[in-house]
Amino acid sequence: MERILLAHGSGGRLSHELIKTLFQKHLGNPYLDQMNDASLVPGQEQIAVTTDSFVVSPLFFSGGNIGKLAVCGTVNDLAVSGAIPKFLTLALILEEGLPMDELERIVVSVAETAAEAGVAIVCGDTKVVERGSADKIFINTTGIGYITDRLVGPGQIRPGDEILITGTIGDHGIAILSEREGLEFQTPVVSDCAPLNGLIDAFYLPGVKCMRDPTRGGVATTLNELAQQAGVSMLLVEEQLPLSLSVEGACEMLGLEPLYLANEGKVLVIVAPEVADEILLNMKAHPLGRNASRIGQVQEGKSGLVLLETPLGGKRIVGMLEGEHLPRIC
Amino acid sequence: MNNRRKDQQLKAGDYLSEIHTLAQNPFTIMEVCGTHTVAIAKNAIRELLPASIRLISGPGCPVCVTDSSDIDRYLYLAAQPNVITATFGDMIRVPGTEKTLQVLRAEGADIRIVYSTQDALELARKNPDKEVVFLGIGFETTIPTVAVSLETAKHEGITNYSVLSMHKVVPPVLRLLAEDDALVVDAFLDPGHVCSIIGIEPLEFMAKDYGLPGVVTGFSALDILEAIVMLLRQRAEGRSKIEIQYDRVAKAEGNPHAKRFIERVFEPIDASWRGIGLIRQSGLGIREEYGAWDAARKFTLPIFESKETPGCRCGDVLKGLIYPIQCPLFGKRCTPMKPVGPCMVSSEGSCAAYHRYVLRSVN
Repeated sequence: MERILLAHGSGGRLSHELIKTLFQKHLGNPYLDQMNDASLVPGQEQIAVTTDSFVVSPLFFSGGNIGKLAVCGTVNDLAVSGAIPKFLTLALILEEGLPMDELERIVVSVAETAAEAGVAIVCGDTKVVERGSADKIFINTTGIGYITDRLVGPGQIRPGDEILITGTIGDHGIAILSEREGLEFQTPVVSDCAPLNGLIDAFYLPGVKCMRDPTRGGVATTLNELAQQAGVSMLLVEEQLPLSLSVEGACEMLGLEPLYLANEGKVLVIVAPEVADEILLNMKAHPLGRNASRIGQVQEGKSGLVLLETPLGGKRIVGMLEGEHLPRIC
Repeated sequence: MNNRRKDQQLKAGDYLSEIHTLAQNPFTIMEVCGTHTVAIAKNAIRELLPASIRLISGPGCPVCVTDSSDIDRYLYLAAQPNVITATFGDMIRVPGTEKTLQVLRAEGADIRIVYSTQDALELARKNPDKEVVFLGIGFETTIPTVAVSLETAKHEGITNYSVLSMHKVVPPVLRLLAEDDALVVDAFLDPGHVCSIIGIEPLEFMAKDYGLPGVVTGFSALDILEAIVMLLRQRAEGRSKIEIQYDRVAKAEGNPHAKRFIERVFEPIDASWRGIGLIRQSGLGIREEYGAWDAARKFTLPIFESKETPGCRCGDVLKGLIYPIQCPLFGKRCTPMKPVGPCMVSSEGSCAAYHRYVLRSVN
């Protein structure tokens, strides 16, 4: 079996071959094909920039792999900021000995997901480290997006706004956990990992106040951050939280709370009450938003306090994630 | 799904209206088990009950009752070269006098979170040149699986596996509570999973000798409401018995097979409970026949006489004498991010459950 050697990162012949036969083959586009030390790309006066590194273990899981995740994570950070994702950089740190076919599967996934999201990979870098100095492959992507007239951010949030989510929660966290621990469920849990810019384009209307993708720390931690930044309180309704039966069952069995599990293909959207219904309909009309739901409301009250109303009518605090939940989920 | 929820809500409504009818006089119920503490807080059950019913938390989180001296002892062991410490995840942030397992791990100690003792055994098989020590902390619920791991290690001749037993059993601490004049409890929610192993016989003295009825309870909101109804009915009818609400899992005779495993490997010893003190015959030590797999015999461990942090009232919380929010450190010097006592760090600790879920702790 062909494997990654230290020489693949040397900058010499093997590096060159790897670039030609793998990266250019799958990811090629006019920007990348310039093959210069830096690519020239069209811009605008103000751009949105974000970066993210990916260390997920295992590399391959139900519903995706580290390559797909590396594109989605960065594309989604741009999209929820109200920007149109345009360009990505791709930097790989490979461990000596990584099977070449695994690397190729990952690069193919990067290419497919970038095409789905409508972004071009415009430059890249590959380093190889000795066996034991990294765990198979780490990826960093930096994304550039064009600014739109979408004025979103926690500063827009007001009491009375509605809190929507574009689908079921906790799927990514449980998918990774079950892969790692060898748990099998009757209906396997598939990671929700997906680029969200298409979905956001489909539901966006003026009146959307703020968008976030609840990745590490889950819905609970993201809403706590927003409530603090906006100086408001929030009330969630437990019965409205969309949960797949498998995630619900897995959480019961493992003593986990879905509100703290990572998502890689969901958007939390805070909207003005008068447009909530229309936005929810728009979400449900998109394949990635079929299970969208209105999960709560922004309220006046103690700044940063997020509450949950239980099915029996009591209220409890939903705090931030404390300590480690699951390491290396993205 | 929605039908199931609707059914549950109707049932809960029935239980609550019976509770309101029966609870004319004050009635204090202690939930013994940490999982109950969390379920009560998470489902905001206190808010639904009439003011005459008080629910207080007992000493039923194994992490919380682990003595500071025991914590310092396993931290000492975990820092030894060539030792891999295998532990359930809830121990990783528990503070000893100076450090935690989390800090030791960052300093280079080899500490692995496992989900079962089988994982720990597997670590020993895969690392024959290392000593794998499993931190045995828990009640009757988890002890049988530890016993099985020791039997397997002996049978397979795995000599680099050992257990540091800090296990505790529930009945002796209940007797201590029953004999405490300061105790204000009228009845108990007994631990469903512990009783699924030991059965109800070891708890019957509470109802017979001390007039303190108990109901072996499951862990959903409905289970807890139904158990409260059962306790109130006992009072109304002037009865004092140990009954089983959680009959889909717990049987009166318990699990004889699991009990035999425990008895073969462990023997009762005196044990120190955090904040409560020494309770005779309340711990389980590893029997002589398994001495080669007993970390306390295998390694030379100093005896620690660690002091508890001044001001920390974990002991009074564990005995149900105060609510967590009445501790002067609660939410100020002691939070889940910077816990002082183990009741705040363990996910099943009453202080953590209050801090995490209960609205009153905010105001």
